[in-house]
Amino acid sequence: MDFATILQVLDSTVRLATPLLLACLAGLFSERSGVIDIGLEGKMLIAAFASAAFAYYFSQNPVAGIGPIWMGLLMGVLASLAFSGLHGLASITFRGNQLISGVALNFLASGLSVLVAQSWFHEGGRTPSLPDEGRFDGIVLPGALGPADAEAAGRPLSELIAQANPIQQIYSELISGHSILVYVAFLMVPATWWVLFRTRFGLRLRAVGEAPEAVDTAGVSVTALRYGALVIAGVLCGLAGAYLATGLQAGFVREMTAGRGYIALAALIFAKWRPWYALMACLLFGFLQAIALRYQNIDLGAFTVPVQFMDALPYILTVVILAGFVGKAIPPRAGGDPYVKER
Amino acid sequence: MDRMPAWADAVLVPLFSIVLAAILSALVILAIGENPVEAFSLMVDGALMRSAGWGYTLYYTTNFIFTGLAVAVAFHAKMFNIGGEGQAAIGGLGVALICLFIPWPHWSLALIGATLGAAAFGAAWAFIPAYLQAKRGSHIVITTIMFNFIAAAVLNYVLVNLLRPAGAMDPATEIFPQATHLPSFQDMFAGGGSLFRGAPANITFFVAVLACVAVWLLIWRTRLGYEIRAFGHSETATRYAGISTVRITVVAMLISGGLAGLMAINTTMGEAERLVMNATEGAGFIGIAVALMGRSHPFGVFLAALLFGFLYQGGAELALWTDIPRELITVIQALVILFTGALDNMVRMPLESVFGTLRRRRSPKPAPTTPSE
Repeated sequence: MDFATILQVLDSTVRLATPLLLACLAGLFSERSGVIDIGLEGKMLIAAFASAAFAYYFSQNPVAGIGPIWMGLLMGVLASLAFSGLHGLASITFRGNQLISGVALNFLASGLSVLVAQSWFHEGGRTPSLPDEGRFDGIVLPGALGPADAEAAGRPLSELIAQANPIQQIYSELISGHSILVYVAFLMVPATWWVLFRTRFGLRLRAVGEAPEAVDTAGVSVTALRYGALVIAGVLCGLAGAYLATGLQAGFVREMTAGRGYIALAALIFAKWRPWYALMACLLFGFLQAIALRYQNIDLGAFTVPVQFMDALPYILTVVILAGFVGKAIPPRAGGDPYVKER
Repeated sequence: MDRMPAWADAVLVPLFSIVLAAILSALVILAIGENPVEAFSLMVDGALMRSAGWGYTLYYTTNFIFTGLAVAVAFHAKMFNIGGEGQAAIGGLGVALICLFIPWPHWSLALIGATLGAAAFGAAWAFIPAYLQAKRGSHIVITTIMFNFIAAAVLNYVLVNLLRPAGAMDPATEIFPQATHLPSFQDMFAGGGSLFRGAPANITFFVAVLACVAVWLLIWRTRLGYEIRAFGHSETATRYAGISTVRITVVAMLISGGLAGLMAINTTMGEAERLVMNATEGAGFIGIAVALMGRSHPFGVFLAALLFGFLYQGGAELALWTDIPRELITVIQALVILFTGALDNMVRMPLESVFGTLRRRRSPKPAPTTPSE
């Protein structure tokens, strides 16, 4: 495996880790506030559909001054927020079972996205391929090699990068050239850390996930805090879904989240509900996906690692972590319990 | 809090939830520009008006009875088994191994063998999550979700690399031997006629009905069932009563996983007669809706499974004749889970206050007492 190949695998690791990271941080906000969110998958899926559908619509019917991709992003986030609201209604207002509500939302997204896609576009439950203005372009950072340089030199970009010096290679291939949502996702990690551990809102959010009665006694609304957490989770899942359909791929296809919401959930447990560890976990799981995408079976000489094992590895690792063999994962104490005010 | 009579809780709450889900589904159909009344009559026509339609409806019903019972048994122990899908998939592996590698002389013996195999494999797949929940406190919901994905990977590996006949392209086992062919409804009831022609419903339906009776006996007529229900109501009380909570957790999940595994007899041995990828087709998840709607009671599960069997077959007819894709059923399923499971209180609270008002009106006002609270 040469240097360029390693860089390409790492590059696709970053791309594949982005939706995981956004969804994982969404789950982090939600679960830190005591609302378990199995519906990450569904929120991502409905956001992926809404963003692709509206990005396509506005690229065909342009409105002056509004980029179609931004309309797509907005609608994706709104769709995800609507699902978050439904989750809040069921699990906070009506004190229902949070797990069941999450499961229901996943099915709702999986059914509704295909149903509406079929009715709007008649392409068997998918959106048409997005034109360039309906997608997020890669951003070429200052000093990095980008498509413009390739055009000027009249050679493919990959060739140009391969001939540069190693530091320029790393900079151009790995760090530069991603869409804006990738940079947003990675910036969300310190932002999440700061909000959770350095602001009053964050302190209260963590408290409401551990001991809601204490927060209530202090005169702070448990309901408002939990809804607040779900709003943040909704926005983050919306970004994750929009990135899937308009950044990673060009359009929505049925079940395009393909279990990423559950992998994000696994990463959240793996990270023990902490933002920086969430970044590590998502990069690890993104790396596994990148490897599984690039290589079918990995030949280690003595034996071959089948691709199915790579697919299952995030889930196996999570079960091992949950079993407490490698450090115990302790969830927020009030997670899953609806809060009932004492009389 | 005003209490409702038991019958209202068992009948009215699910009924109202269903009506709400139906209204919303009708709105969804309207929103995509189709006629809900026409859609419904198409579904009834395709699923219930012809014997072949019934043959499909009952085939799906069989699947949903097993997975619904699986979720219901776990619910009685206050556990949420989302892993029915994985347990059924691995149960299918058990059925395939038993049918392929044991030379059965007659289908009846093969059915018994496959029943044991499916239950054992499904239960085994539920064992690790159950053990981890009981011993290490890792949440059963998360572990069973993870095990669904691991099961899919295992099955994928086994079918592609181990059980696929040489030279075949699609990841599936070879066709099971003729001796393991289960009698279909057509074999049993048509007598050479065209009744149930081509429909996949088979003798496994009666196994499913037997399973309903067995689960009812288990939950309400045996010591183990009592222990499971007690555990579901109060874990601490169970522990003080000297019942091992580890044992109950593991046993309840083994039964649940075994029931989910049994579903594979119907799909693998009864219909496809070979093990294919994704033979479960989401039935493990529909079990959640079925158990919630059936209030975890075997009879309720039977009725709910029948309803979903109808929806499934009707949905297939819709996809065939109209522009409405099968995913409509997923939406209905999601709404049913949402209303009967998560938004339960939204339906229950108004009903409870109605019953409270009725009771107060019927009985004379109690003498005013000093408030005790």
